[in-house]
Amino acid sequence: MIAALVFIPALAGLAAFFLRPPAVRRGLLVGTALAHSILVVWAWAHRPVLAPDAWWGLDAAGLLFLSITSLLFLIAAVYGWGFLQQEAKPSPASLKEDFLFTNAPEAVFIGCLLLFLSAMTLVTVCRHLGLLWVAIEATTLASARLIYFHRHPRSLEATWKYLLVCSVGLALALLGNFFLGVAALTAGPERHSVGLEITPLLSHAASLQIPWLKASFILILVGYGTKMGLAPMHTWLPDAHSESPSLVSALLSGAVLNCAFLGVLRFYQICVAAGQAAFAQDLLVLLGIVSMGVAAVFILGQTDYKRLLAYSSVEHMGILALGVGLGGIGTYGSVFHALNHSLAKGMLFLVAGNFLTVYHSKNIPQVRGVIRRLPLSGWLWVAGFLALTGTPPFGPFFSEFTILRAAFEQRREGVAILYLSLLALIFIGMATAFLRMAQRAPDSDPQAGIERLPWCRQYPPALLGTLVLALGVYLPASLRSFLHEVAALLGGA
Amino acid sequence: MNIELLLVLIVLTNLRLLASGRLGAAIRTVALQGVLLAALPLMAHEPGHFWRAGALALGTMALKGIVFPWLLFRALREADVEREVNPYVGYFTSLLAGVLGLAVALRLSARLPGLPTTASPLLVPVAVFSILAGLLLIVGRRRAVSQVLGFLVLENGVYTFGVGVMREVSLLVEVAVLLDVLVAVFVMGIALFHINREFDHIDADRLSSLKD
Repeated sequence: MIAALVFIPALAGLAAFFLRPPAVRRGLLVGTALAHSILVVWAWAHRPVLAPDAWWGLDAAGLLFLSITSLLFLIAAVYGWGFLQQEAKPSPASLKEDFLFTNAPEAVFIGCLLLFLSAMTLVTVCRHLGLLWVAIEATTLASARLIYFHRHPRSLEATWKYLLVCSVGLALALLGNFFLGVAALTAGPERHSVGLEITPLLSHAASLQIPWLKASFILILVGYGTKMGLAPMHTWLPDAHSESPSLVSALLSGAVLNCAFLGVLRFYQICVAAGQAAFAQDLLVLLGIVSMGVAAVFILGQTDYKRLLAYSSVEHMGILALGVGLGGIGTYGSVFHALNHSLAKGMLFLVAGNFLTVYHSKNIPQVRGVIRRLPLSGWLWVAGFLALTGTPPFGPFFSEFTILRAAFEQRREGVAILYLSLLALIFIGMATAFLRMAQRAPDSDPQAGIERLPWCRQYPPALLGTLVLALGVYLPASLRSFLHEVAALLGGA
Repeated sequence: MNIELLLVLIVLTNLRLLASGRLGAAIRTVALQGVLLAALPLMAHEPGHFWRAGALALGTMALKGIVFPWLLFRALREADVEREVNPYVGYFTSLLAGVLGLAVALRLSARLPGLPTTASPLLVPVAVFSILAGLLLIVGRRRAVSQVLGFLVLENGVYTFGVGVMREVSLLVEVAVLLDVLVAVFVMGIALFHINREFDHIDADRLSSLKD
């Protein structure tokens, strides 16, 4: 079954490169996404047993991130149907840029999108750290072509930065993998290497060489942290998120960052098993706070709404790192927050894509009165703002609050105060931008009518929004215990 | 050939790269480094794993020695730019930084605890030096092609460490890593082509309209 999850999108992706009729290709995209989701639902019903030395398998953490990825991809694929139809028409104005640009061939776009899904699936099911690295690198390579869909100098610049910064980060992560390999060289029975499979590493963690393990974790945190968008390694993130088509931004932010986070968590798991939790936690708390701080600085006064969302991703990745770093109940908060953030941010990026289509601008002052011109998208935008900034009754409020509780429970008032004040700063920055966009400009034309968008560009994000709200209003006991199971894997509560 | 000699040659290729002013010469140097690296698994392998080491050597030779340089030369030809490296950091300064980096690498490796017995005591310092040299090339050079070369040298350093120290990583993973790097260079090559077409140059420093 796991093989089907990985290979169906991969084969469909390869096929998409060669299919001629656009409708068939788009059908293939949505169909594959649907098949993938059905398989994931099936995996929930029949949780596969984890073989101890298999190279892939699904534990609770993998299943959680796999489900997020699959759901988000399905939504993005349905949205993509409308997006690609509209992009295929000759565009009247090219986003008010200085010059015209063309799009990359749709076949390449859909093919890469499906390969991207395959790579992300592989990340979530890997039980071998070497293979995990290969899969994370594969997500970078598959998504690079996606960012450069609009053949535009700025998206090219974003692609170049993304490729180079992430490749360098991942090269360091590979070194981190090798360091862990050295740490494990004499850890096995009769002083043999235990290799890089996660399960044996966990069971022999006590005999790992600690200095190498620590060095390995630092390299991994820098390497996968680059991909995850933790400051100060986040430099590629705002560019890539703002320049790529909106459904790609949604996937990058909601799914890929999580995949990299999972990579960090796998090594964190080993550190915990080796009794080095405190060391790893201190680093995570530090990077978490730094990320939130950097995000706050750039969110205040930001004039590009897609960059605003991108910096908000940096902030939320910081919150995830902070939650795990605090440990205990914070780990649960962090895992829950990963789910909340993916849904909310996915929705907001898709809605931002709708604004971009109607207003042809990413500039906040030029996009006014969204509630009037695009009622459903406009209200979703406001709801998304409330969700993302942790306002009750949306899901993120509860996860962020749990992390705050963890900080107080551990008597780390300094961290708690920093966390709260950064959240407040970010709230102010986001409120200025989001509410200004929602309101009509005083001198605007009152006759500006309602714009019509196809259903597939409005209801999929609305579904995500409903889910975020539902997670806050009522968290089913089964889901709660599942999230606790994930947290327990990571040594939390 | 002696493994120490091989490692010293790798160090020399790195220094040559730091000092070289022509893109063509730099690509050829990286190709030479790739060929040298291909010999490494043959010398560092454990007895009894000859076929594995041989396969890895062959793959390395094909990719690092032939395919990557070919891809880069093609990008360079299509870009049709002046062939100067045009660095931010001058050649002499780069070279000086490189020598300093070598000293740092030697000192750092001497202090690493509990290192398993490797084929040569020089292996780890050379790996660390390649990583440092790669980083230096990425930040110190203006041309996008040079940055790709820097990435390759960085990757070569990680590879040196992997082959020399970790002798039990399975072949499948090593091949997958090589393939990933291949695709990376390929995708970067495509990006280079587009950068050239879009901007009429391949200077990464003029890719600077995105900032806050």
